[in-house]
Amino acid sequence: MGMNMTEKILARGAGRESVKPGDLLLAKVDFAMGHDLTIPPASKIMREQMGATRVWDPERLAVVQDHFQPAKDTASAALGKTTRDWARAMGIKWYFEVGDGGICHTVLPERGLVLPGELIVGADSHSCTYGALNNFATGVGSTDLACVLSLGELWFRVPETLKFVYHNRLSEWVEAKDLILAVIGHLTVDGARSKAMEHTGEALKHIDMEGRLTMTNMAIEAGAKNGIMEYDEVTEAFLKGIAKRPYTPVSSDPDAAYEKVFEFDAEKVELSVAKPMSPDAYAPLSEVIGTKLDQVFIGSCTNSRIGDLRRAAAVLKGRRVHPHTRLLITPSSTETARMAEREGLIRIFYDAGASWTVSTCGACLGGHMGVLGEGETCLSTTNRNFPGRMGHPKALVYLSNPVVAAASAVAGEIIHPAEIMKRAPVAV
Amino acid sequence: MTAERGLVLRGNSWKFGDNVDTDQIIPARYAIYSMDEKVLGEHAMEDVPDNAGWSKKVLAGDILVAGSNFGCGSSREIAPVAIRAAGISAVIADSFARIFFRNAINIGYPILQCPQAAEAVRQGDQLEIDLEEGIIKNLTQGDEYRADAFPEFMTELIHMGGLAPWVRKRLAEKEAARSR
Ligand code: SF4
Repeated sequence: MGMNMTEKILARGAGRESVKPGDLLLAKVDFAMGHDLTIPPASKIMREQMGATRVWDPERLAVVQDHFQPAKDTASAALGKTTRDWARAMGIKWYFEVGDGGICHTVLPERGLVLPGELIVGADSHSCTYGALNNFATGVGSTDLACVLSLGELWFRVPETLKFVYHNRLSEWVEAKDLILAVIGHLTVDGARSKAMEHTGEALKHIDMEGRLTMTNMAIEAGAKNGIMEYDEVTEAFLKGIAKRPYTPVSSDPDAAYEKVFEFDAEKVELSVAKPMSPDAYAPLSEVIGTKLDQVFIGSCTNSRIGDLRRAAAVLKGRRVHPHTRLLITPSSTETARMAEREGLIRIFYDAGASWTVSTCGACLGGHMGVLGEGETCLSTTNRNFPGRMGHPKALVYLSNPVVAAASAVAGEIIHPAEIMKRAPVAV
Repeated sequence: MTAERGLVLRGNSWKFGDNVDTDQIIPARYAIYSMDEKVLGEHAMEDVPDNAGWSKKVLAGDILVAGSNFGCGSSREIAPVAIRAAGISAVIADSFARIFFRNAINIGYPILQCPQAAEAVRQGDQLEIDLEEGIIKNLTQGDEYRADAFPEFMTELIHMGGLAPWVRKRLAEKEAARSR
């Protein structure tokens, strides 16, 4: 029996010829990540409970200041400082200060730090994002991270794999975000619990790396351990000139085993939202048209990369955000912000009346810079809308793609972007 | 606390539903207090709808009983830490989300997967858990349930008090091998 990509990478890490779902392994980790919320506890556990004095390999760890940074108060300043001091003391090579990096799950791929065939863990649930680059990447807690920091290895249970085949291609306006929202709606937030999600099929050929990262980013929203994609020309082109290490891609054997295979006709996928208060509360956009909005947020590691901003800007150009609505735009990384600046997108956002922030997690986790109040309604391009996620537990959050978000900010209510594009721009 | 061999836990149950995520268990706004277990305990389960002030009602030793996919969402290890700090001695669920499951095992906190108990236990039932045997007795209803067995390695981790002592041992072995 052959193996699929996830199994091959875990077998490689454990130094075994083959593995099967359910096996418990001790495997070598190729790269790890921690941020301002997870490095402080992990470094403490490592030092005090594990008795380790140095990191297994300071070149194989990224430390990113993103969650509550720039510090929003003295408590988060203390976390930022602990993270900074520790990274310095340990000689961590890939340390990203505020203003230099951005959101961890955007920074690592764009700097070529997470590569095909590798086994990667991050002390953050959305570490599954990296799998779009043909690796096994999963989120872990602080004690797990401390174990990796100390030893460079960690225990894993080989997951069962669910295979997704996407036929045809997405239709006009419909994005990778809509597709993954539809998949999660179908699976539920429990549907892939502890399993691997392998995405394949014709439709992926036409989805760029940004869109692919959006899809693997949300694997955890179906409870999955990881999301993974095949290596192809898109992957190769994306990594050209940026990959920081040599790498060996993996592919699934033709006779690899899957727990279940799901087939989707990408062409039939509509513009989609997740309704309050769960990422699996799927609805086609048409069902929620007209929902009044207090806030629109374009941000996060899911959907605020440069392509997302370009498409949002195309809608906002020469238009104004509705007077009853506020639009916050947080670029996914400093590199994204730089490109947006060069291309004149930031001017478009300001002219539209949007607020443009430094790259940070910020509003995505109800941390700072855009926390929702009681009874407010928000349309967000993020990945998760559980109660309290973006602020008050009684705030209502819808998830959508960035073009729908931008158009809805102009309308002050959820709308199909084609409707906005039909209206002539008012401002010049 | 760590689960010593032969340990029996006793307490009253607090029932919760399916898909209780980590943002409800300990909202992200308290993550900046991640190094302060007392604060975390005070805010445990606070964003579960209509559950504000819950931790004040918990008696030390009480047992949390939840539905499926308990602890889904973020990777925050402070989720099991907050529940433990609130006084809950063990969590029983129909099923656990992956990262919550790992985190609990890694900190040596007893969790039991038992669909039967998740279904049958009512709010306030008095429970007794034999961790070694994985048996949950419902003293109120006069019933008994058997939890799913953990793989050996995980049982070992729980007995050792979590992953940290295991790493300490392994580091020492590596050190010894190097100086040999
Ligand atoms: S942007 Fe949101 S989902 Fe992404 S890492 Fe930050 S808090 Fe997590």
